[in-house]
Amino acid sequence: MAIFVHPDTPLLCQGFTGRNGTFHSQQSLAYGTRLVGGVTPGKGGTRHLDLPVFHTVHDAVSATGAQASVIYVPAAGAGDAILEAADAGVQVIVCITEGIPVLDMARVHRSLRGSGARLVGPNCPGVITPGPDGTGCKIGIMPAYIHRAGSVGIVSRSGTLTYEAVWQVTQEGLGQSTCVGIGGDPLPGTSFVDCLRAFQDDPQTDAILLIGEIGGTAEEEAAAFIQAHVRKPVAAFVAGRTAPPGRRMGHAGAIISGGSGTAEAKIRALEAAGCRIVPNPSQLGSTVAQMRREHGRG
Amino acid sequence: MKIHEYQAKAILERFGVRVQRGLVAETPEQAAAAYDQLGTPLAVVKAQIHAGGRGKAGGVKLVRSREEAREAAARMLGSRLVTPQTRPEGQPVRLVFVADGLDIAREFYVGVALDRRLGVPVMMVSAEGGVEIEEIAAHRPQAILRQPLDADRGLADYQARRAGFFLGLDGEGVRKAVPFLAGLARAYLDLDCTVAEINPLVLTSQGELVALDAKMAFDGNALDRHPEVHALRDIHEEDAREVEASRHGLNYIALDGNIGCMVNGAGLAMATMDTIQLHGGSPANFLDVGGGASEEQITQAFRILVGDPQVKAILVNIFGGIMRCDVIARGILAAARSVEMRLPLVVRLEGTNVEEGRRLLAQSGLPITPADSLDAAARSVCQSVLAAA
Repeated sequence: MAIFVHPDTPLLCQGFTGRNGTFHSQQSLAYGTRLVGGVTPGKGGTRHLDLPVFHTVHDAVSATGAQASVIYVPAAGAGDAILEAADAGVQVIVCITEGIPVLDMARVHRSLRGSGARLVGPNCPGVITPGPDGTGCKIGIMPAYIHRAGSVGIVSRSGTLTYEAVWQVTQEGLGQSTCVGIGGDPLPGTSFVDCLRAFQDDPQTDAILLIGEIGGTAEEEAAAFIQAHVRKPVAAFVAGRTAPPGRRMGHAGAIISGGSGTAEAKIRALEAAGCRIVPNPSQLGSTVAQMRREHGRG
Repeated sequence: MKIHEYQAKAILERFGVRVQRGLVAETPEQAAAAYDQLGTPLAVVKAQIHAGGRGKAGGVKLVRSREEAREAAARMLGSRLVTPQTRPEGQPVRLVFVADGLDIAREFYVGVALDRRLGVPVMMVSAEGGVEIEEIAAHRPQAILRQPLDADRGLADYQARRAGFFLGLDGEGVRKAVPFLAGLARAYLDLDCTVAEINPLVLTSQGELVALDAKMAFDGNALDRHPEVHALRDIHEEDAREVEASRHGLNYIALDGNIGCMVNGAGLAMATMDTIQLHGGSPANFLDVGGGASEEQITQAFRILVGDPQVKAILVNIFGGIMRCDVIARGILAAARSVEMRLPLVVRLEGTNVEEGRRLLAQSGLPITPADSLDAAARSVCQSVLAAA
């Protein structure tokens, strides 16, 4: 089952022929992802990586039946690329691009409302659903080989910290149902709550690992949702206990402002909602393994 | 990106927001001349730094003569102002703003900021001006009226009227508040602000609404389309190392500790700082070299860390995902050699080709302590600092 995307989901790449689009498309193909083509305006009708290139997402969707799209378009055009994908009926849009102005995203969100499209990101590593035998649906920039198919659902605002978590979970002999990097921007398309709801409903997922960080109230909203609706065990880590207030810690959304958005407040909320708090980032994997054992899931 | 009060006022004035009249001065003599030029008996001299809380720190002074204006400016200029929002050593004052003294009847708060939960900017108003909005929000949230803004239309007239009546203005006051508040919202939206705040907004005894203070900050991702805003950047207000780092595409934030950190990815960088603290150490900085750092960036990062006299040891934590660990190891070695590393250096590598990467570090002849996990790395670097002390 997994969430959002499955090993056989047909995928498009927007910004296909650019440097990032090319490199990461090759990586996805090597992982066995069903990449069916790409979009670069002006290069329609050509072929790239032995796949068809289209001028528009509409052309690409009607020719290939793609259900998901990954966006590597530079920040100035990324908002438009998201809208184009939604307008063409793409169901899952994963925007890797970093540096999109926040008011552009506010306008994009308003346009997406009611479209039925799911946007993941921007400024995120992407979504991966590992499949059998070291293959799977890899949409984004995460290294494929650290993943293994399994039952742990992972959702995170971070990139490399997610890889760290995935790697530790895999080292424990466990695997992942789906890993979603929701991104480090202030206005992510997909929230923790969206992912928690999907993991709760996904029969393949039997435990959830949530990785938050300072800034905003997404972790507090996640805690409220967990308390009310999530019956599967959830482990949680929040990065940035040592981050000073008023400073943006790399991610546009990672800032403690006016005393709100601290790691302590988020950890308190998640703990009160019944989450198992990961005390130390070296124990992301072992905490999940321990929690699963306690829930009788060997 | 933050700007000074006087710059924010000049911008807001262009959007039809009435602001306190004033002039910028770099010397006491200029401040005295500014007092003369304003021509009002009561004026105020305000230190221009990128931090709030100036009033209580002695950065705002009422003056009643040319001589008082000169003296106030002389005291402020060249001094370091320490407020709850500055670093402990304070921020040097290089400019003062000399402005009209106003006859204040009432003080309000008005500000625009992003509401991350709603996904839109909101305008907040409160009749409790002059107080930090967070303080009001924490203790008396009902004293704040929050209204969402349409990112294209801005503040609707009815919203501005509602805000005016919420503040207790009379009909005439509300009539003046409508273009004032709409102009503030328009400035926020048109210039891609992250904050646009007027605190206090004052009602004068003559019934005028005037911005007595103004604070604006801008979305760094949108500066390319606002060159006139970008030109207002004052790098004197920023940490020199942070400016240098940003020039090389590195995300660096100076902190108070003594363990230099170099990590790829912001979340992992924060987690690394947290782990150092768990082991009793104290990070000297946040440094994200990016998801796929180049050898050039790693070298620059080392230069910045080594150049910080506080730093007593360095921890490198790289999760090589797409990048191979042997390539990263070569980058670290080249960088460590080029900057003549004399500090204890603990390196934790994980990811593709990690064995080869670790072997390269071990055989380099450089005093590098390899670590297998983040935990082991943090413990090791904290011990090396204790041993050196």
